[in-house]
Amino acid sequence: MQTVKMVVTGPFSAGKTEFIRSVSEIDVVSTERKISSASEKSVKEATTVAMDFGRITVDEDLVLYLFGTPGQRRFDFMWEILSEGMLGFIVMVDSTRPETFREARSILETFHAYAPTPYVVSANKQDMKEAWDIEDMRHVLRLDSKVKLVSCVATDRDSVKTILLELLYSILSEMENGEK
Amino acid sequence: MALRGNLRDFTITQLLNLINLANKTGTLVVEGPSETAKVAFRNGKLAYAQIDQEDSSLASVLHRAKKLSSGQYQSIQQRAAHISDKELGLLLINAGYLSQEDILTNLQQHFTDIIQRLFTWVEGFFHFDNDSLPPDDRISVRLNLENLIIEGARQMREWEQLQDEIPSLDMALKFTDRPGANLRNVNLSVEEWRVVSYINPRNTIRQIARATKRNDLEIRRIVYGLLQAGLVETTRREGASSSAPTVRVFPTEDKEKQKSLVNRLIDRIRSL
Repeated sequence: MQTVKMVVTGPFSAGKTEFIRSVSEIDVVSTERKISSASEKSVKEATTVAMDFGRITVDEDLVLYLFGTPGQRRFDFMWEILSEGMLGFIVMVDSTRPETFREARSILETFHAYAPTPYVVSANKQDMKEAWDIEDMRHVLRLDSKVKLVSCVATDRDSVKTILLELLYSILSEMENGEK
Repeated sequence: MALRGNLRDFTITQLLNLINLANKTGTLVVEGPSETAKVAFRNGKLAYAQIDQEDSSLASVLHRAKKLSSGQYQSIQQRAAHISDKELGLLLINAGYLSQEDILTNLQQHFTDIIQRLFTWVEGFFHFDNDSLPPDDRISVRLNLENLIIEGARQMREWEQLQDEIPSLDMALKFTDRPGANLRNVNLSVEEWRVVSYINPRNTIRQIARATKRNDLEIRRIVYGLLQAGLVETTRREGASSSAPTVRVFPTEDKEKQKSLVNRLIDRIRSL
C-alpha cells in the first residue's frame, strides 16, 4: 500500500477541520486538552494535541492522507514535523476575518520555507456576506499573481474538491516543468 | 553474601528495594546489553548515577536541562574544564546564575532519568561494590528510593504487558482499512504524532523508534496505544531494508510513476 500526504494549515478557526471532514472517508475530530492523569508516565503535566487527520482511499494500492495542523500558534513547532514528506499544502484563510490575514501570510511563508512544494491558498467562507473580495485578499496577503488563491466553502464537498484538484494540477505542472 | 547476579533473575526494582531496606552504601554496577551503568548509594538513598562514558558532569546536565545556554556550556568546557563540579556549582551560585536548589533538582532529575532507563534492562550482570563511592569531584544527592521503586514496579508490569502485546519490533505498521476506523477520542502527544508520520509498511517499529529517538519501552507504549485505538495494525515489512526510515514525498522515485500517481489522485478526487 502506497501512501502520500497533504497538509492543510492556516490560522485558528480558518476551517481546516471542516475542509478535511468534507472529503475524508474517516471521521475527523479536532480537540485539545491538557492531561495530568495518574496513568501518565511522567510526573510533569503534558499537553496533547489532537490534530485533524483524514483519509481518501484512491485504490487498493494508494491512499492519500490529509493532515491538519494545530491552529494555535503555540503548537507551531509541529509544522516542521508535519511538513516532512508532503506532496503539497493548502493554506486556509477565513475570508470574513481580516485580522487573521497577517497570520495566514506568516504561516504560508513558514511552510514554504520548510518545503518548497506546491501550495494553494484557499479563501474560505466566501459564501458569507462579510467575506472579502478575493482580489482584495490577494493584495493584503501579498500573493504573487502566479499563486493560486481559490474561493472555497469548506463545508461544501465540491468546493473542497476544487481546492484539492488545483493543488494536484500544480503538482503535475511542476513535475512537467521540471522535465523541460 | 556478595550481591551479584543477573537481571534475568533479579530486577532493578528488586535491587533498589533491597538497597533501600538495608540502608546500603556503595555502588551498583550493571552491565547491560550494550552499556554499563554505575549507581551509587549512601545509607539506602540514591547519591549518583552514570551510564558508560556519557557526560554526567554538572555543566552537561545543566546544558541538557536548558539551564545553561550553548554558549555558556562551551565557555565552561573551554575555560573551566579543570575545576570540579562542586567548584563549578559554587561559582554558578555565587554568580547568581542558579540556586543550590536548581542544581540539586536538575541533578536529581538526571539521575532519576538514568534509573528509568535501567528499568527497561531485562538482561545483564550486576554486582554491588560496598567500597565504591561516588566520584569525589561530582556532586551527590540524597534521593529517597520509595517513589522510584513504585514507578519501577509499575513500569515492570507495563513492560511485561507491552512485550506480550508487541513481541517483535521488526514488524511494520500500517493504517487500518477497517471501515469506521478513526481518531475519535484519541488525543496524541507530539511524540506520538511524530511516530504516526513514519507509519508505512516499509518501516519497522524498530526503525521508527530509532528515527524518533524513542527507546524500546516508549515505542511499544505508543504503538500499543495506536493499536488499541484501532488506528494501526502490524504487518510484515514490505520492500528492501533500509537503516533509516524516510518520509518521502512519493513512494517511488520513477518520474513517470510519480506522474501516474498524481493522475490517479486527480481521478479519485474528481470522482468524490
